[in-house]
Parts: sequence; C-alpha cells; structure tokens
Amino acid sequence: MFVRGLKRKCFDGEEDIEGTLAGIKAIPSYNLQRQSLLDMSLVKLQLCHMLVEPNLCRSVLIANTVRQIQEEMTQDGTWQMINTQSTGQAPVDRLVSTDILCRSSREQAEGKHVPGYSAFSKDFEGDQAQDRSETMSTASSVQAPRNLQSNVWEMENPQENKGNFQKSLDQIFETLENKSPNSVEDLFSEVDNSYYDLDTMLTGMMSNTKMGHCDGLEPFSSPTTTTSSSNCKSDLNELDHIVEILVES
Amino acid sequence: LAGFGSLMQDVLWCFSQVKGTIDIGVTEADIISTVEFNHTGELLATGDKGGRVVIFQREQESKNQPHRRGEYNVYSTFQSHEPEFDYLKSLEIEEKINKIRWLPQQNAAYFLLSTNDKTVKLWKVSERDKRPEGYNLKDEDGRLRDPSMITTLRVPVLRPMDLMVEATPRRVFANAHTYHINSISVNSDYETYMSADDLRINLWNFEITNQSFNIVDIKPANMEELTEVITAAEFHPHHCNTFVYSSSKGTIRLCDMRTSALCDRHAKFFEEPEDPSNRSFFSEIISSISDVKFSHSGRYIMTRDYLTVKVWDLNMENRPIETYQVHDYLRSKLCSLYENDCIFDKFECVWNGSDSVIMTGSYNNFFRMFDRNTRRDVTLEASRENSKPRAVLKPRKVCVGGKRRKDEISVDSLDFSKKILHTAWHPSENIIAVAATNNLYIFQDKVN
Repeated sequence: MFVRGLKRKCFDGEEDIEGTLAGIKAIPSYNLQRQSLLDMSLVKLQLCHMLVEPNLCRSVLIANTVRQIQEEMTQDGTWQMINTQSTGQAPVDRLVSTDILCRSSREQAEGKHVPGYSAFSKDFEGDQAQDRSETMSTASSVQAPRNLQSNVWEMENPQENKGNFQKSLDQIFETLENKSPNSVEDLFSEVDNSYYDLDTMLTGMMSNTKMGHCDGLEPFSSPTTTTSSSNCKSDLNELDHIVEILVES
Repeated sequence: LAGFGSLMQDVLWCFSQVKGTIDIGVTEADIISTVEFNHTGELLATGDKGGRVVIFQREQESKNQPHRRGEYNVYSTFQSHEPEFDYLKSLEIEEKINKIRWLPQQNAAYFLLSTNDKTVKLWKVSERDKRPEGYNLKDEDGRLRDPSMITTLRVPVLRPMDLMVEATPRRVFANAHTYHINSISVNSDYETYMSADDLRINLWNFEITNQSFNIVDIKPANMEELTEVITAAEFHPHHCNTFVYSSSKGTIRLCDMRTSALCDRHAKFFEEPEDPSNRSFFSEIISSISDVKFSHSGRYIMTRDYLTVKVWDLNMENRPIETYQVHDYLRSKLCSLYENDCIFDKFECVWNGSDSVIMTGSYNNFFRMFDRNTRRDVTLEASRENSKPRAVLKPRKVCVGGKRRKDEISVDSLDFSKKILHTAWHPSENIIAVAATNNLYIFQDKVN
C-alpha cells in the first residue's frame, strides 16, 4: 500500500498548509487536507503493528501529529462538528485519497472532482456502509472502542494482523466516529511498564486460542472495559473484530 | 598528507572502488546498515541487514603502483547477529546490524562492537599466520597418538601458514534493552561504553556482561504520556564523564556522569527556537534528530534532522552556530514523504578528520559535503555510471522549478528508494565510504 521510494510525479501543493494558519482557514481545502492527514496518520498507526516490531520513534511522531491535529480541530470547533454530523455520507468524504491531499491548490480551487479513490478506499467504502447501520446507535459511546484503541499500542502478532486490513480500517473509522477529546489518550491506554504486555493484549478477548505458548494464562477482562452502558450488539461486533484480527491466520 | 585539511574547492573527489553486486534486484539481507572506519583508517567495517559484518583492510601502498593509493580489500567476513524470536513477547528480533564501533587498537588484534536491536557483541578480529606442528601426543589431525607408539620427546614448532583472519565473539551484552538500540559509543577511558535505545541509555564495562548501569531513563510512568524518544547518543571524545543524547523533538542534552548516577537532569540543553513562519503539521517530525556526532576536537556537536545539518558550539545552548540545508527542495513535498514514510528516514552525518568539512547523505544516491570555512557545498552521486577508475566525480544539482539545465535533475525525478543513510570519513585522509543500499562506494581525492 504505502510503497516506499516511489517517484512522486504529482505536485504536492501543500504550501497552503504550511503558511500562516489564520489566512489558510479561509480556504476550504485546508480542512480537507487536515482531515486527510489525520486519516492517513491513524491508518499508519494501525499499519505499523503489522510489522515485526513497531518502530517506537515513528509511532510516537505519528501519534504526536494526530494529537496536534486533534488539538487544532478542537480549538476550531470542527471536532464537535464531526461528532454530531450525520453518519450517512461521512465516510466517503473522510478518507480522501492522497490525490486530493497532494493535489495542487490551484486544482482544488477550480473544484476538480477526485478522479478516483485509491484501491483500498473503494473497498472499505462498502464495508463501512454496512458497519454504519450496526453502530449508529452507539454514537455517544466512548468506552466501547476503548479495547480496540488500546490494541493500537499492544497488537503485537504480525501474522494475525496481516490478514484483515479491511476490518482494521473499519475499526479505525469506528474510532473516528466515536471519537472524543480523549481518543488519542485512548490510543495509549493500558500500556504500562511492559510495552508488550501479554496480559493487556489478551484483554477483551473471548478466547486465547492463538496463544499456544501461553497456555497457563487466563484471559481476564481489564477494568477499563466498562462497556455496560453501551449497546450489546456493538460490543459483540467490536469483540468479533478484535478476535478476528487476533485469531486471523 | 595530501589533501588533509585542505579547503574543499581544492579537493576533487574521484571514484576509487565499489563493493557489492550490480544486480537490479537487491536482496534485503545485503542492504548495508552501518559503515565505520577504525581509528587509524586501516580498516573499514560494514554491517548489513542480514546480520553480517564485512571488514575491509587497506593494502599497503606500493611503490610500483603509486596511483593506486591503498585500496580496500576484504579482510574478514563473519555473521555477527542471527535473527531471534522473543517468545515472551511473540516478536521477532531482527538481525540487522544497527551500529559498529571500533575500539582503539591496543595489541595485534582488532576489537569492535556490533549491535542489533537488542544485543551488543564485542568481536575480536585477529590474524593467524603460524601454526604449531609436531605435537608430542597428538598427530597432525589432532587425534591422540597411541601412547605405545611414542618413543621420542618433541616440542611443537611454529611453522608459517596461509594468513587466516579469525573473528571471535568475546563478549555478549544481552538482555539490557526493552526497546530498540539505536546507538553505541565507546568511552574515552576505553573501559566502558554506552548503549542507547528509544527510552534508556545503559553504561557497560567491557569486562562485565551480566550487569549494566542505567544512566538515562526517559520512560514516563504512564506510557500514555510518551511524546519523546531518544534517537542517538555519543560520548565526548576526551572527557569520559560527558555524553550527549538527541531526541525526536529536536533537542540535545549534554550530561555529566559525575553529578549523579541517573543522568535524568541534563547539564546542558540544546534547542533552537522554532521558526513560526515555517510551522506545519510536519514541523516536529522533520525536527527529529537522526544522528549526533561530536567533532574530533570535542568543541562542537553536529546534528542531522530531516532537512538540515546543524553545528552547535558546546558553549551555546540556545541555537546552533551553523545550519546547512541538505535538500530544502523537499520542504514542499513533506506530505508525500510522510505518506511513503520517507520522512522517517534516519540520515547520519560525519566530520572529516580536521572538522573542517561535514558530510551527509540524501536521496537519489546523492550525498552532500559542506565546507565550514568557505561555506561552500557540493552534491555528489554514488552511481555505477560514474564508476570508472579514478574518474573525477562531477557535482550534481537539483533543479527546483523553472528551467532545468542540461545536467540538472528535477525534484520530481529523484529516486527516493536510493537513499544514502550511512557514510564514513577516514580519520586523517580524504577517503570516504558511502553506502548506497547494497553497494559500498569508496572515493578518494585526486592524486596528482
């Protein structure tokens, strides 16, 4: 997906984003670029756990970027806007292909339509629509996705994650939908002294079938998984997602 | 020494040698991950992603071929690290050699430290050119002789044999790092060294492998609060109590080990105030320091971040004394470089022997040199096309828009998969080693 080292032919044209902020906010493309950057960063954070071992420096820098965007969007008031807007047509707009992100400002001013999404955004579009109907009732829930967010730092088995990229994206967008000002902290939740704590990885799992070498460990629920108030169905969906990712072979 | 300390305009760099295959498809394991000359420049070591170390030795200059100024030939090759699996954490530990550092030579053998993400090893490289023959109790194959056949007494004699270079692991320093080791640095006392990972720095004694002292720990009690990591660390070249470490937020801390056992409080803090006109969402990422190096004199430190190289005076903490733009034309491409992860590339930087010129790598197999005295800079390329023996390297230029001249290259044509991350400069001569993916280029200045 993110092939390193490809020659970039497109003109970046994000000079807008790098000028003074006050002047930029008048241009609608700034918000779009910022949102795309946020989406890209969240995907990167998720993707990095498909590697052998995540590069901590890279993860920290990406997370700081996400936090920075989030803070700015909170000050803007656009953060609240996203929380309350209708979910129907949102996903299509949200993950904007990198064509838009890197398109020149001139083209955007002319209002050119995006010629086509990159491959993966097309695929998840379909999944996203399906998930929307299942999770719409939990728009206000913050705790529900906490488990899967906590897995961003702790997901460690690369084979399991490699399988289901689509479902990972679904989860990211559930995250985006349900985000609160604390969602970035959620990304770091449950990570205590050992970065690769198996116990926290097992948190929320319904079975530990994959943990062959840890037969002695019992799966126990973390005290942070307080999902009693949220919709049971969405809980099951999320747990299914988590289990599918962890158990994926 | 010809060319030593000379101003850059007098120096013409020539191709000398290239090591490695020409194949289009690069085996991942052959990608060079570190390059280092030893203290005399006689040896040049490389480490690769496959965990191997290759040491080149400079041949003696011969009077018969004065134009061949000491070529480097393979001296020893050994497997330093193997891939491992951490069963507790269900994670692979890569065998890639992150850093090699030489110890100063104290006897006939050579010693170096090599490290992967988790384990540091001390290797002894020694020559054997004699072998004992004529054991009393053993035959030539080493088998014990039948005692009843032994009728005379003889003492083994050393006889010459073909030169054999052996590399043996003398110490293994393991299990001291939870996070990935990014730096090792030999102390000027030659008794201790440090290893630094993302969050901690440990001090070792060469003789003791089951103990190390933690001297820096920036891990927050709550990992949710983690916003900064250690990116590089190095001991002062002369003061064995002093070291520096750099961070992902573009800061450098100088620490004095005499003040306390845990050097969490710095003695000096180097940070340049941010330029508000250049602020963007990528500001922090491009300010992350990928390498820090003391000058040979010990008076300055040099840091490399994504777009610049900076020289700092140890006596001035609030800003660098010199800033050099490596490839500022990338500033408008940061978004794409973030997308394809190139923005996280960690470039290294090096001083020449007299601290007058600094060098660092870029993309498209370009590398850059900056003369601190004349303020002139040059861009050169490591490529097979420029690889005729003793061919003078032609300066390259990147065109940033508008009309492109004949031999300029436009920014959009740069190959970002060809990156020069690792370079080394001979301690006293104008000889440089440049690692381009799986090839090692050696350039020397022109001999008249």
